[in-house]
Amino acid sequence: MKYVDEFRDPVAAKELISTIHHLADQLGRPWKFMEVCGGHTHTIYRHGLEHLLPEAVEFVHGPGCPVCVIPRGRVDDAVWLAHRPGVIFTTFGDMMRVPGTQGSLLQAQARGADVRFVYSPLDAVKIARDNPDREVVFFAVGFETTAPSTAAALAVSQKTGVKNFFVFCNHVLINPPVRAILDTNNVKLDGLIGPGHVATVVGSDHFDFVPEEFHVPLVVTGFEPLDILQSVAMLLTQYAEGRCEVENQYARVVRSGGNAEARRMLAEVFTPRDTFEWRGLGEIPYSGYRLSDEYMAFDAETHFDLPGDRVDDHPACQCGLVLTGQIKPWECKVFGTGCTPENPIGTCMVSPEGACAAYYNFGRIPTLLANR
Amino acid sequence: MRTEEDALNQIERARGRKPKLTDDQVTMAHGSGGKAAAALIQAVFIEAFGAPDGEELRDAAILDLPGTRIAYTTDSYVVQPIRFPGASIGELAVNGTVNDLAVSGARPAWLSAGFILEEGLAMDELRAIAADMRQAADAAGVRIVTGDTKVVPRGAADQVFITTSGIGVIPEERRLGGAQVRQGDRVLISGPIAAHGMAVMIARGNLAISAPIESDSAPVNHWVEAMYAAVEPEAVRWMRDPTRGGLGTVANELARDTELGVLLDEEAIAVAPEVRGACDMLGIDPLYVANEGCFIAVVAADAADAAVAAMRAAGADQASVIGEIIADLPGMVAVRNGFGGTRLMDMLVTDPLPRIC
Repeated sequence: MKYVDEFRDPVAAKELISTIHHLADQLGRPWKFMEVCGGHTHTIYRHGLEHLLPEAVEFVHGPGCPVCVIPRGRVDDAVWLAHRPGVIFTTFGDMMRVPGTQGSLLQAQARGADVRFVYSPLDAVKIARDNPDREVVFFAVGFETTAPSTAAALAVSQKTGVKNFFVFCNHVLINPPVRAILDTNNVKLDGLIGPGHVATVVGSDHFDFVPEEFHVPLVVTGFEPLDILQSVAMLLTQYAEGRCEVENQYARVVRSGGNAEARRMLAEVFTPRDTFEWRGLGEIPYSGYRLSDEYMAFDAETHFDLPGDRVDDHPACQCGLVLTGQIKPWECKVFGTGCTPENPIGTCMVSPEGACAAYYNFGRIPTLLANR
Repeated sequence: MRTEEDALNQIERARGRKPKLTDDQVTMAHGSGGKAAAALIQAVFIEAFGAPDGEELRDAAILDLPGTRIAYTTDSYVVQPIRFPGASIGELAVNGTVNDLAVSGARPAWLSAGFILEEGLAMDELRAIAADMRQAADAAGVRIVTGDTKVVPRGAADQVFITTSGIGVIPEERRLGGAQVRQGDRVLISGPIAAHGMAVMIARGNLAISAPIESDSAPVNHWVEAMYAAVEPEAVRWMRDPTRGGLGTVANELARDTELGVLLDEEAIAVAPEVRGACDMLGIDPLYVANEGCFIAVVAADAADAAVAAMRAAGADQASVIGEIIADLPGMVAVRNGFGGTRLMDMLVTDPLPRIC
């Protein structure tokens, strides 16, 4: 795929890295940039970007990993739903290994629950059509990025009269957690590497509040290594030129106004909840979606009379501190010992976009080599 | 507060321990060929049967008989769907077992075939599978010499499951294993990766994507023989076929067997463009995707070019050197990308794609 290779060109990377070193030298102070999105975290670790940059530039991993932010109680609800008689429970593969207090969906499957992994909510609708005598539940997770495809699945179901498809809705919004992190003084951030995929839907304008209210620059950024390097250079350039604004590095995909049709569908199918619990961040007002009244018949939460209990995180788990950038993955007490990709305690160790899994799988090597 | 270095050392100690089996029921993860499968084999089967005497676990058992050494292996096939672009369960059942023998250094000779058939399976389908097996056996130069058939009630199996066992003779001078591998040896692969897993996945038809991807199912024994014909036998140190768990998992087995490091060059690992595209779209690392028609060999550095040339001449036209054995990072696999970054590659944890072979 030429499209991808262009954004992994080593020569272009070297030029950008040298620009970044030059800017960092010129500005002469440490920088903390938060990559909001888990996809960025994955790219940073997978390509070893941290170690290509000056020491003065530090990446702080943000809350934008859809799997990571789902609280434990919602995982328990998912396992409960999967065990309802006659239910086919469909989910993205990543969610299958997230542990709840009653085990993971993978373990629920071994105990007899019919859990199937899908790549798209439309696959779940197809399963519902193929199994008219079963109730099919889709475990919807993700930001404004994936919410439109859930909306599309619901719209299709409504239109074609599918009665046995239900959505367990855990869709969340990007701005409330970003605001929550900027509001607290735990981590002083110098810039945000803005979420490119979310921005394709909501538009780069959606993040204007970051420079306007918090005086922190934000660059909407793509997911290839060159995108991230260019974004770091753009953030530093803003400081060098005394600017503080939203810029769009991912202009090949993102428009300032986003995708109007996708936003219209979101508004039609979903309604913001009064409050939603985030792992590590706690309850955040208006930060999650439920199904709108018009689509209530498809809502798994009301149809199945979900227990909906709030469950505290595992006492040893420090995902919350990792998700808010307050500690590095390796600073967590159980990282790599009690909590590993094969036996995860926290969500950050499960998803390939989770900071802990990314660091565990990709991040260790330069330190290991340097130690020898 | 522990330092980053302390944390890393702790991880390495934890990684060095044998995998623990914590589940009280079998989950699909135990069949994935990754860490969970390794834990199951250790905790249940090695525990009950004992480990082969002082030996690493290989694709086949090596049996010393008076005057000859043979390789003996077995494998079951439960792939679903039973027919997919590029191959069928029958072809896979022959090639998979042939390949396990070939990468043990053996010349595959005889196969057995056990069938578990679900009541209601179309007879034409069974005939077609048998024909595929015959054709694959002819192509590999082996004979199917014994077999067994069981029929179970509808629902107790899914269409057809096949178990094949195979026997091959190992030429006297061939010695393979982690102990033969030296620092500086080269890692070779016979062809592009990740086609089989993606082909089966797309053939299931429940993905939103379609792509013209065919399984790479093929016997590798002719390529192994071509390589041996081109180099001194002791120059070939270690071989494995990267089936479930993919190249990434097999490279970890290599690192574990040798207690040396494996450094792979990602740019050198061929992935067909349409396979890479599908992997990118689904967020799957091609290094973890199953293959059914290629093998990895560790070869002495000065024999690597001749080995690659011989494989290419024998039809493995994308055979290439993809990495080397290093003294740093013992027991670990590192992947260097064209970008200047290096990442660590662990064994696959769980495969989201069951019944891939």
